[in-house]
Amino acid sequence: MIESLDPRVNRAAIELDNHIEPLSPLDQWETYEVFHQKKRGDQHMHVGIVHAANPEMALVFAKEQFGRRGLSANIWVVNTKHVFASTYEDADIFETTSEKIYREAGGYKVMDKINQYKKSQKA
Amino acid sequence: MYGNAYIDPNEVNKTHSVLADEDPKLLAEFEARIERGEKIEPKDWMPKEYRKQLIRMIEQHGHSEIIGALPEGTWITRAPGFKRKLALMAKVQDEVGHAQLLYSAAETLGKSREAMINDLITGKSKYSNVFNYPAFTWADACIIAWLIDAGAIINQVANAKGSYGPYCRALDRICTEESFHLKYGHDNVVTLATGTPVQRKMVQEALNRWWPPIMHFFGPSDKISSHTEILMKWKVKMATNDDMRQQFLNMYVPKIWDLGLTVPDANLKKNETTGKWEYTEPDWDEFKRVINGGGPCNAERLAVRRNAEERGRWVREALKAGQTAYVVPFA
Repeated sequence: MIESLDPRVNRAAIELDNHIEPLSPLDQWETYEVFHQKKRGDQHMHVGIVHAANPEMALVFAKEQFGRRGLSANIWVVNTKHVFASTYEDADIFETTSEKIYREAGGYKVMDKINQYKKSQKA
Repeated sequence: MYGNAYIDPNEVNKTHSVLADEDPKLLAEFEARIERGEKIEPKDWMPKEYRKQLIRMIEQHGHSEIIGALPEGTWITRAPGFKRKLALMAKVQDEVGHAQLLYSAAETLGKSREAMINDLITGKSKYSNVFNYPAFTWADACIIAWLIDAGAIINQVANAKGSYGPYCRALDRICTEESFHLKYGHDNVVTLATGTPVQRKMVQEALNRWWPPIMHFFGPSDKISSHTEILMKWKVKMATNDDMRQQFLNMYVPKIWDLGLTVPDANLKKNETTGKWEYTEPDWDEFKRVINGGGPCNAERLAVRRNAEERGRWVREALKAGQTAYVVPFA
């Protein structure tokens, strides 16, 4: 029996050579991806995962793990197996996006033309 | 709370032979990405050695958080006053939460949580050596909260700038919480050090007990721990053991002296010419003896952990849903 400085350990009456069966796969259940919203109006942000046996339990753990400080308004949990994601290997599909300035407000510069036009009208 | 990754001294530098069977083109791309300061994400190609060393390090870090909760938890039932009891419970809950974050990061590299827990409770995996020492008095718990957490922050702030995305994200969150631990610990130590002669004596004795483990905390001296070059290049390890120890001494020895406490090392002084601290070389044989199971609390820590695992088993079983299948987390 352990003689510990910790009264909780002594109360538990633990043998030092308490060999146990190893944990089998899924002993710690599946994982849920956690999305946390700080305050109403904000986007939910991915903050990490929790292990849980079901969505309700995942919410409890997510609140404990990611909502125990600061502001929290709302939490989503999504079973990891239900997330369908692009791959980093295919990141080249985004490569030309920044070149497509015709999609952006900054791609349209009209002041030069307007000024030139005004000048030509005065002449 | 965590010091530095413990690498078995018997595991010699096999890096060159390990890299021999890696695709040179992929390896070059991988190293170029790290060189550019980009993060590596779980599904990226990575050398086997990078994966192995990261799993070992993050897993050890996670185990340290879990086991670190035990010496501190010793004093929850007898914390002096309700406010300190609440704060200590919050701190211990944080540490256990840190383990959850770290295990998750290690899982993204392909080792299941069950496998990590199994390796911990059988003694196969290591954890920070300091937690194999007991917390004799309330003052020991205060010294742990202040100085061990201070050391952990130095290590974790450095590692948060490392190359592996999930580990960095976990560390950012952890460091925020650790800053509360540090302030809480300092507050407690200051209370004792500015208190009655009995309180001062108690905190000085705790400091004397914890100084050798604190000096061990950052791992063996660079002189005898040479296999870190490739890990530094890959930004797995961000600072050498000796550099972190120097940083710790520089930040905290003056704060200890401020309180009129003494450090139990007659050779400890700052060399004003080199700017480096000089100290008695820690006893690395003792360090190895304790990490290999010979410390005062190794057996108790693992027995307590096994007990918790075993007594919770029926609850975990009962909660299991009918249809479950494990999927490695994304990030």
